Amino acid sequence: MQKTRAKRAKGGADDAEARPRGDIIEGATGPWEVVIGMEVHAQVTSRAKLFSGASTAFGGPPNAHVSLVDAAMPGMLPVINAECVRQAVRTGLGLKAKINLTSVFARKNYFYPDLPQGYQISQYDQPIVGEGEVILDMKDGSTVRVGIERLHLEQDAGKSLHDQHPDYSYVDLNRSGVALMEIVSKPDLRSAEEARAYVTKLRTIMRYLGTCDGNMEQGSLRADINISVRRPGEPLGTRCEVKNVNSIRFIGQAIAYEAQRQVDILEDGGEIEQETRLFDPKSGKTRSMRSKEEAHDYRYFPDPDLLPLELDQAFVDALAAELPELPDEKKARFMSAYGLSAYDAGVLVASRRTADYFEAAVTAPMPLPTGGGEAPGKGKKEKKTGSKTGAKAGGKGKGKAKSAGAGGAKRDAKVVANWVMGDLSMHANAAGCAIADLGIAPERLAGLVDLMAAGTISGKIAKDVLQIMVEEGGDPAEIVKARGLEQMSDTGALEAIVEEIIAANPKQVEQVKTKPKTLGWFVGQVMKATQGKANPGLVNQLLRDRLEVGEG
Amino acid sequence: MQVDEALVRHIAHLARLRITDEEARALRGELSAILDWVAQLEEVDTDGVEPMTRVVEMRMKMREDEVTDGGYPDDIVRNAPMREDHFFVVPKVVE
Repeated sequence: MQKTRAKRAKGGADDAEARPRGDIIEGATGPWEVVIGMEVHAQVTSRAKLFSGASTAFGGPPNAHVSLVDAAMPGMLPVINAECVRQAVRTGLGLKAKINLTSVFARKNYFYPDLPQGYQISQYDQPIVGEGEVILDMKDGSTVRVGIERLHLEQDAGKSLHDQHPDYSYVDLNRSGVALMEIVSKPDLRSAEEARAYVTKLRTIMRYLGTCDGNMEQGSLRADINISVRRPGEPLGTRCEVKNVNSIRFIGQAIAYEAQRQVDILEDGGEIEQETRLFDPKSGKTRSMRSKEEAHDYRYFPDPDLLPLELDQAFVDALAAELPELPDEKKARFMSAYGLSAYDAGVLVASRRTADYFEAAVTAPMPLPTGGGEAPGKGKKEKKTGSKTGAKAGGKGKGKAKSAGAGGAKRDAKVVANWVMGDLSMHANAAGCAIADLGIAPERLAGLVDLMAAGTISGKIAKDVLQIMVEEGGDPAEIVKARGLEQMSDTGALEAIVEEIIAANPKQVEQVKTKPKTLGWFVGQVMKATQGKANPGLVNQLLRDRLEVGEG
Repeated sequence: MQVDEALVRHIAHLARLRITDEEARALRGELSAILDWVAQLEEVDTDGVEPMTRVVEMRMKMREDEVTDGGYPDDIVRNAPMREDHFFVVPKVVE
C-alpha cells in the first residue's frame, strides 16, 4: 500500500489548501484523497423493543424474545416505547444536534427471511434528530470536526444462521424489532484513522449518555462505510458502500483496501461503479454484493399504523437538563480544574468510569482516615448500574471538584493521573478488567499518592505497595506500616551504610574519581542494603559529599 | 402518465407477486389510470397546508419500557412450514 500521512502545513510558503489532511494515496498519475462518510447503527439501550413489549436481552433461546408484533402476525399493531424516544433525543443532544419536534415513521420495503413484516419501520425524510457534530481529538494533537447529517430510529431485523444445515438457513427473530439509532455522518472523514476515531468517539459519547452499550462483539454497534476517492480539491467521486463492519480494527482495514481498489481502477482508466460491498475479515478485502442492488428500490412511505411522533420542547429541555457531563466538557474541565495536559485529560475521559475514578482519587479527603477496614470493592459496584444512576454520579463529580478546591490542601492531580494511566492501567490490562474494577478504592490510591508526597515511601516502594494492594487488597498506610516499608531518611543510619560500602569497595572508589557517572553504582548498593527503602535524594547527597563528586 | 409493461413487472417483482402476461397488460392500464388521477390531484394548490395524518386530534400513544410480552416460541413458529428447535427454517440465503 502506498500510503503516506499528509504533512500539515506549518505556516511558511506552503498553501495549506494544497495539502489536504488525511490519507493521501500516491498513485502513478498523482495523489488521491480518500473521502469517507459513515452510517453507524447503534442499538438503543432499553429493556423492551421499539414497538413491542418483548425483551431486548442478548442471546436467549431461539424466538423466545419475540412477540406477535415482532413476528408480524396479521393484525398486530406497533406501539412505540417512550424510553427509546428519550434515548434517541438524549443521543441527539449529546451530538449537539437539532431535535425535530415532529418526526415520521416510514416503511422501508424489502424481502428477506429475517424481516417478517416485509418492511422495516424506519424514518425517511423526517428523522427525529437533524444536523449535529462530533469533535475528534487526533493523536497528533489536531482536532477534526465531523458533521452529523441525521439520526433516526428504526427496527433491527432478525438473525439468519447459515451454518446449521447444508440446504437451509435458520431464522431467529429475537433481535427483530429491537430499537436502533442510525447515525449518519457527512462525508467529512479523510482517513482510516479518522474513521476509527469517529466511531470510538461516538461510542464514548453514547456510553456516557447510557444510550448504547457500544458492544461491537454483540452487534450493538455496526458501521456502514461510504468510501470514495478524488483528486485533492475536486468534486466528490463515485462512492461504494461497505456494509456491516463490526469492529473498529476492521473499519480501518476495509477503508484501506477499498480506497486502494478504487485508485487502482481509476488509474487504469476505469470507472467506479456505485455499489454495495461486503468486507471479509479473513481476507481483509471487500467484495461486491450484487444481490443487494435491486433491493435499493425501497418504496418508502409513511407507516399508516403510526401517527407522527410529536414532542414538546419542554420534554426535550427536561432531557437536556438531565444530561451527564460529556467527554469534551469533562476533558476541558480536567484541563482547567486539575491542570492536566490535553493528552492526559483525553486519555482519562475516554472511559467515563476511569474519569470518575481519577476524579474521586484526586478529590478524596486529604488526611486519610486511619483504620479504613471497608472492603474496597463496595464502592465500585454501585457505579456499574444503569444510565440513570450513572448520570447522577456524573453530577456528583462536578460537585466534588468544587468542594475539594475549597477545602484546604490539594493533591497533585498530575501525579494521580500518572498512576491511573500508568501502573493502574498496566495492572488492569494484566487482569483483563477496567481500572475501576481492580478492587482498589480511589481513596486508597489517594492514600498511596499522599504517602509518596509526604516522603514516607519512595516511588519505587509505592509501586511495590500498589502490587500488594492489587493482589491482597488493604490500605496503603497499613501495608507500609505492617511491612516496615517506610523510607529511610535517618542521616546517621544511612551514613553508616555508606561508610561500610565505601570501605568494602576500594576499586570503585578509585574509579568514581575519574568517572563521576559510576556514582549510580554506589546508590544502587545502598538501595540494595536497605531493600530499596533509603531516601534516594538523601543517599545521592551523602555519597556526593563523601566521595567528593560534583553535581551532574 | 403511461406505465409500460416492464415497469409493471418490475414493481410486481419488488412486491414478490407472480403475474401472467394478461394480468401485466391489465395492470398497465389500471396503474396508468391511478397515476393520471394522482396527477389530477396534484393540480390543487396545497402550499402551506399541513398533510392530514389523522381525522381526530390525537397524539401517538406510547408504551413504557417494560418487558410485557414474548416467551412463547412454540406459538411463534407454529405456522411455519418448516421449523427446528424453535428456529424458522427457510431456503438457504447466503451472500
